[in-house]
Amino acid sequence: MSAFAGFRLLLQKEMREQLRTLRLVVVVAVLAAFGATSPLLAKLLPDIIKAAGTETAGLTITMPTPTTADAVTQLVKNLGQFGLLIAILVCMGTVATEKERGTAGFVLTKPVGRGPFITAKAAAIGLLLGAGIAAGYALAWIYTAVLFEALPLPGFAASGLLLWLSLLVTASVTFLFSVLARSSLVAGGAGFVALIVTGIVAAIPGIGAYAPPGLSTPAIALALGEPVGDLAGPIILNLALVGVALAAAQVAFRRQEL
Amino acid sequence: MTAVALGAGEVSTHGLTKRYRLDVALDHLDLDVPAGCVFGFLGPNGAGKTTTLRLLTGLARPTEGSATVAGIDATTGGRALAERIGALDQDPRYYGWMTGRELLVFVGRLHGLDGIALRSRVDEVLETIGLIDAANRRIGGYSGGMRQRLGIGQAMLPRPSVLFLDEPVSSLDPAGRRDVLELIGRLRGTCTVFMSTHILNDVERVCDRVGILNHGRLVTEAPMEELLASHARPILELDPEPDQDAAVAALVATVRGQAWTRDVRVDHGLVRVFVTDADRAATEMLPLVVASGVRLGRFERVRPTLEDVFLALVGTAGEVRA
Repeated sequence: MSAFAGFRLLLQKEMREQLRTLRLVVVVAVLAAFGATSPLLAKLLPDIIKAAGTETAGLTITMPTPTTADAVTQLVKNLGQFGLLIAILVCMGTVATEKERGTAGFVLTKPVGRGPFITAKAAAIGLLLGAGIAAGYALAWIYTAVLFEALPLPGFAASGLLLWLSLLVTASVTFLFSVLARSSLVAGGAGFVALIVTGIVAAIPGIGAYAPPGLSTPAIALALGEPVGDLAGPIILNLALVGVALAAAQVAFRRQEL
Repeated sequence: MTAVALGAGEVSTHGLTKRYRLDVALDHLDLDVPAGCVFGFLGPNGAGKTTTLRLLTGLARPTEGSATVAGIDATTGGRALAERIGALDQDPRYYGWMTGRELLVFVGRLHGLDGIALRSRVDEVLETIGLIDAANRRIGGYSGGMRQRLGIGQAMLPRPSVLFLDEPVSSLDPAGRRDVLELIGRLRGTCTVFMSTHILNDVERVCDRVGILNHGRLVTEAPMEELLASHARPILELDPEPDQDAAVAALVATVRGQAWTRDVRVDHGLVRVFVTDADRAATEMLPLVVASGVRLGRFERVRPTLEDVFLALVGTAGEVRA
């Protein structure tokens, strides 16, 4: 069996597993819910606060009129934050659990290489997060169009791709730790540490734009159809991070004993 | 199934060694298992049996030494090796969300089977392992015995040249054990079965060649009959009638003191006397019994079992079950 045929079979198995274990449904439903509620919250938040009472002890809170920018900012923040959590939770056990249970050993005594095994898992996670982001963005676009205005579709889609890329960085780093560690908890912990580190890097002026969280600012601008600066550098760097993490995962897994 | 030609070296190891830091799990293992035989790899828990199987199936790399399986270098593993082997883990845990049938189809596809050939082979294997009625149930709901049967099924599905079975009947009930051992016995001549176990009766029932491993070292390796014959020190078995504990104890003490006695073991009331001079022992034993006043239900000169050989070679350490 060729490496590609093995990859295809294993990817089919991974996708079927995501469906049967309801992982796909849960991830897509959660991100879709955040996508739908973000513009809704942006639109209704002033009314909610107003209903709760804006004049307390002589203090008057004036709420600005909600805008499309508020809706998109909410969307990118919500999907970014919860997407990262989901990425870590989904990736932490993906290889570590199979090693723990012995199912990795079971598959790898069949004529399929370790490369396709790792690549299929990584691809399945990428597709899972992509499906979640796509569902969230699709509902957000519809709700934004109904509640505010229709945004240009190419820019909105590009924004989703940018956010997906930022999730893939965290996912691939957690995936690498899932390969290196024997336990999914260790992998998850390492993923969270990586998340904190990228958050700190993102706060450093000048280089922050190159860190995964730094992609959220151009993602908002793209969704709103506003001009963004040169994105080539941050995109290439983040793609390289994903590539390096997955290549390291491949090399580490090839050397491992099961 | 196609019969294979019996010959040497279907599974061969030379100086195969595995060290984990200071711990030597396997120490210069030299084995030569002929094609088509059912090879029993015996040893107490922790002897290095599973380590050997992991090395031979390409899941681990040796610290030194070499190994070939069906003519393929097992130390580098790879697809060429995997195409020729079937493997069953000691505690098989498969994807709980799959059904038994789906798992076999998955394995068949990984081996390049498809279409009608795959479907008919899957049905045939399900029938053979007795899981046809549970084929469409999720594996997550299977008992340990059912998982073990499924494990054997997935290992034999691609009709491998060599079948590696790590404790294949450990979680089966007596009927299940009998069925699986019969199944393994039927594979003789069609593929090489390399079966690790610490259940001596199973090996004696089904294997035609045995290797005994202890503390990572191969103690002996030979055809079953040859092994039993080479260690065929005579045993006299005395089966006293019940409620004679004191008299039997006195008799055992007397027998221990005889020049022709090598060892005496008492197990559940049965006295087994290992002797150095069978003729003299047979002549002198009965007068000793008569003198002790012990009433015997049976007195017999017996052939040593694999357990006797095992205990003689390995000692009583380790978990040995007969």
